Amino acid sequence: MGLTMAEKILARAAGREEVAPGEFVVAAVDLAMVHDIFATRVFSLLRSAGFRRVWDRTRVVAVIDHLVPAPTAAAAAVHQQMRRDVAEFALTRFYDAGTGICHQLLPERGHVRPGMLLVGTDSHTTTHGALGAAATGIGTTEMAYVLATGRLWFRVPETVRVVLTGAPDPGVGWKDVILHLAGRIGADGAQYRALEFSGGALAGMGIGGRMTMANMAVEVGAKFGLFPADAVAVDYLAERGVEVLPFGPDPDAVYQETLTVDLSALEPQVALPHTVDRVRPVSAVADLPVDQAFIGSCTNGRVEDLEVAAQYLAGRHVHPHTRLIVAPASRAVAQQAMERGILPALLAAGALLLPPGCGPCFGGHQGLLAPGERCIGTHNRNFAGRMGSPAAEIYLASPATVAASALYGRITDPRTVERSAGHALR
Amino acid sequence: MPSAEASHVVGGRAWLFGDDISTDLLDPGEYAIAPLQERVRHTLEAANPRFAPEVRPGDVLVAGRNFGCGSSRETAAEALQALGVGCVVAESLARIFLRNAVAIGLPVLVCPGVREAVREGDPVEVDLAAARLTNLRTGRAVQGNPLPPLMREILAAGGMLPLLRQLAAQAAEGRGWVDDLGS
Repeated sequence: MGLTMAEKILARAAGREEVAPGEFVVAAVDLAMVHDIFATRVFSLLRSAGFRRVWDRTRVVAVIDHLVPAPTAAAAAVHQQMRRDVAEFALTRFYDAGTGICHQLLPERGHVRPGMLLVGTDSHTTTHGALGAAATGIGTTEMAYVLATGRLWFRVPETVRVVLTGAPDPGVGWKDVILHLAGRIGADGAQYRALEFSGGALAGMGIGGRMTMANMAVEVGAKFGLFPADAVAVDYLAERGVEVLPFGPDPDAVYQETLTVDLSALEPQVALPHTVDRVRPVSAVADLPVDQAFIGSCTNGRVEDLEVAAQYLAGRHVHPHTRLIVAPASRAVAQQAMERGILPALLAAGALLLPPGCGPCFGGHQGLLAPGERCIGTHNRNFAGRMGSPAAEIYLASPATVAASALYGRITDPRTVERSAGHALR
Repeated sequence: MPSAEASHVVGGRAWLFGDDISTDLLDPGEYAIAPLQERVRHTLEAANPRFAPEVRPGDVLVAGRNFGCGSSRETAAEALQALGVGCVVAESLARIFLRNAVAIGLPVLVCPGVREAVREGDPVEVDLAAARLTNLRTGRAVQGNPLPPLMREILAAGGMLPLLRQLAAQAAEGRGWVDDLGS
């Protein structure tokens, strides 16, 4: 019997020929990621358990991305301790503040390989399924166990196949597809299960779009959000000096369920407060005034996302009653967006530019909301209290919808806005 | 491994919460790196401001579907443990929250139908070994889903940190280490 991607990866990592959904296995982890909110706790747990070394210092990536630059003396002290921890445990892969968001850096710097088992102290670790890795978020105690032993227990998940067909209309993006899916199956629609994406639409889908969708797999409860590593993924990694072979499910893999999404039938989607699965077509909420618009995060902070935003905003100006906050997902993204005229266009349109990092998305700092304020953003969560006051409202949408909304100061269907000056961008 | 389950009957007043209680409600990002004693003051503040100041050791948190959804922050489970919550009993638990609770030794129980069997403030008792909640006001018992054996073992050990300490001790004695997660 054939295996799904999740089953193949867990079987290999557990040293087994095959595994079945529902089984518990202890598997060898290929890569572990810790970031600044939790890293010092993890190392402190390791020390308190009696470990002075990690199982493999070349398989641990440490990233300072959440509180950058340090907003308080307390945050600075956390970073100071994290740098000491990195030195003490002699980790070889450390990215200090300003390099970028962990989920952008791992693929960008060629750390992710198809078929890997990857864990991170962040729920959006599912992002790395974009390159065919079984990647998922864990807590600090479990991460301490991983860093000590290189192993962790996993329940083999059932797999839901999501078949993407057709091509999206202009103005409709991959964010709309994953929001649609969240609305359709609910915030726990894939609880404890793996999503595996397939279908003809993948051929026209870059790694950025795949990262957007795999990133939000966790918002429907999924353990992994997997894309087959096809020619697109192999080429993406080759550009980063990483030679890999294609990787995917067995042709006769068995799925618990198959869902089909016809992209050509989709209109731009918006998730309404305060759950990610409260999704409506943009037309249902059009004209709601917005105080803040946010373009960034590990979900939608890549060059292609900023470029889409600039296509709506170049040569124009953000509505006077709305603040537009832009946070590139990494320094490399910011540099590219600078060189291609994207950031200059956004700044000229009135954007407030943040350093590469997670700041406002997780409600840590930089652009939090007052009671009664409304924000539309490209990020991944709209829970009450996610971005400052629990009495603020967060709407989630694509970069196109957020840019069009920033332009008019109201939630706006990007298909009703002429793309302004894409030609001005290089 | 010692069986902590036998002695594990917890009980107290029930605190009711709805569906999709997120880690942002349990442990807001704004206080991400604040000390535990400050963070617990904001635990579930936006959902029920009385909870953090009034919850007593042994009290039982009874919630709807997808409890603990969102972030991987273990501090969400840690905050409930620090406040003395005896057990989280929910219609369903979000994946990472479930793992984190087990990893730190916070008892949890998935118990379909529990919300309609309990009112706010009811005295309740949870028998962890039997995976059952009993409403002491009505006498009604609701059967939950027993946790898988591996998770029960980890809970019984007090979480994964004690297991890790055992491994370190074994390594120090030159015995190498045997993976005690069962393989």
